[in-house]
Amino acid sequence: MGRPILAAAGFQPALAMETLLNRYRNITVLLLVIFAQLVLIAVQVRNDQDVRMVRVWSITAITPLARVLEAVRGGTSGFFQNYILMHDARADNRRLQADLDRLKMENQFLKTEISTADRAKALVAFQQRTQSRTIAARVIAAGAGANSKVVFVDRGSVSGVEKGMAVVTPDGIVGKVIAAYPTASEVMLVTDPEFAAGVVSQKNRVVGTLKGQGQSTCKVDYVPSEEKVEVGETFFTSGDDRIFPKGFPVGVVRVVRASSPYQEVLVEPSGLDRGLEAVLIVLEGVHQAIPELAPANAPIYLGTPPPPVPGEQAVQPAGPVGTDADRLLEKYRQIGTAENHKFGEGAPGTKPPDFNIKVTPAGAEGSDAETRRRGDAATPSTVQAPAKPASPVAPSPARPLAGSVPPASQQPPRDQ
Amino acid sequence: MTEYGDRYLVGNQREQVSRFRARVMLAVPLAAILFQVYVPRFLEFLGYLELPLLVTIYFALMRRSQIGGLFIGAFIGLAQDSLSIKQPLGMFGIVKTLVGYFAASVGLRIDVEHSVIRFLLTFFFYFFHQFLYWVLARGLLGRQIPFEIQLTLVLGLLNAIVGVTLFHFLDKLREPA
Repeated sequence: MGRPILAAAGFQPALAMETLLNRYRNITVLLLVIFAQLVLIAVQVRNDQDVRMVRVWSITAITPLARVLEAVRGGTSGFFQNYILMHDARADNRRLQADLDRLKMENQFLKTEISTADRAKALVAFQQRTQSRTIAARVIAAGAGANSKVVFVDRGSVSGVEKGMAVVTPDGIVGKVIAAYPTASEVMLVTDPEFAAGVVSQKNRVVGTLKGQGQSTCKVDYVPSEEKVEVGETFFTSGDDRIFPKGFPVGVVRVVRASSPYQEVLVEPSGLDRGLEAVLIVLEGVHQAIPELAPANAPIYLGTPPPPVPGEQAVQPAGPVGTDADRLLEKYRQIGTAENHKFGEGAPGTKPPDFNIKVTPAGAEGSDAETRRRGDAATPSTVQAPAKPASPVAPSPARPLAGSVPPASQQPPRDQ
Repeated sequence: MTEYGDRYLVGNQREQVSRFRARVMLAVPLAAILFQVYVPRFLEFLGYLELPLLVTIYFALMRRSQIGGLFIGAFIGLAQDSLSIKQPLGMFGIVKTLVGYFAASVGLRIDVEHSVIRFLLTFFFYFFHQFLYWVLARGLLGRQIPFEIQLTLVLGLLNAIVGVTLFHFLDKLREPA
């Protein structure tokens, strides 16, 4: 009944549905899509299972692009990283090279400092050892001339330096002061042609005059041809010139040429061997001994026997220990006892005791052995050259090696 | 608005519908998703940039088709879901489907060529997207994730700024009328 009415009114259901769908199509599609996704979520949450297929699609679509992108990125960043790395490597190389140069300079500087410190230490030791009164000075400048063998030191008249004073180092003489200014002094080196000093050789005490030549070597003049000077021996100052005290090393003989009337002797000054930095100016010179050369057959010094080991019984001599006078006194006492004679009581003219009777003192068996023991127990003596006086230096408790010689500092002075 | 008005408006706007080549419609969303999953590996702060959302908004606005907009949103959202291993498929799908639909609905009614309109719409849809996702995560999955309004607003502003710039660039990919 209603349908004819609707039909009469022109209502068509199919058309109405179509119109409705057209009108709400968008929202319908929206709802369907959202509903589908809600179902998708619900399935995943309920079954705890992933929808692998959709992910595979997405990942398959994305990963090739990501791979290309990553390759481009990796290549680009790698290129720039390498470039930056190389750039940094160059910068590092330059920096390290600069560091190396700086460290080399520092190393050289420190080596020089150590060398200077060693020289200063040697100078101080020499200054304390020598009997002359000296003052340390530092070389601050050299002379201006091309052949000038003159240096300036930083001590002058204010410090007590005067013209004509000797300048030395532990290695040998350096020169003499030719001008003293308030704060500095001018020193003529031994190599200066105008320099001269009296010298004496160590071995044969050959006396001569050292003269500079303007070169690295000096010559020793006025050495008669009959005197014997050997290459390698050392000349010392003789003290004759009243400038250099006796006994300072001068140099080592390098050349000896026979000539007439004087030999030609060239000496390499030992005071300039290691360069000039610090020197000693002799304010008051004291002559000192020229060290003696050690002879080839130098005596061997035997030390005292070692102390007994605790707990070990020391070997004691069997008989009494004493001098020959003691032994003689003992013998006379025994003779007097044997003959009932008291020495000093008999009046003059009374019979003296018979000193020829044979008396055997107790413990006197093997007197030779006793004598030998006494000799062994005596103070250290020399095996060779028994007349040679003992070393002034206290002998070492240790026995020196056979053939060894005492150091020069322990040798007795020969001529003072 | 009456049915006549709607039809008139749609008919009038249809003349302003922007058209894009198929490869642009495919490549740009893919590039946006790729950006989303790849670039933050190296530039972490760019992880706050919701480029898939911006692309969804743009295409929905410019296509001025609600069905087209919702499918674009669903497609991009599902792809984004599928690349998030711990994410059930459909979360971003639903959210972006709705964003695409409403963005297309807005695009049918107002002029979306203006930068200020684009800025405001992008800001609004970003906030809507984040809020809707939070609601779905709590309602459907029961996740107690916080919703920080201030941070969301700030990020919305940043995304809107980037979106306006991106839209300007994407405008050049449109087919000439």
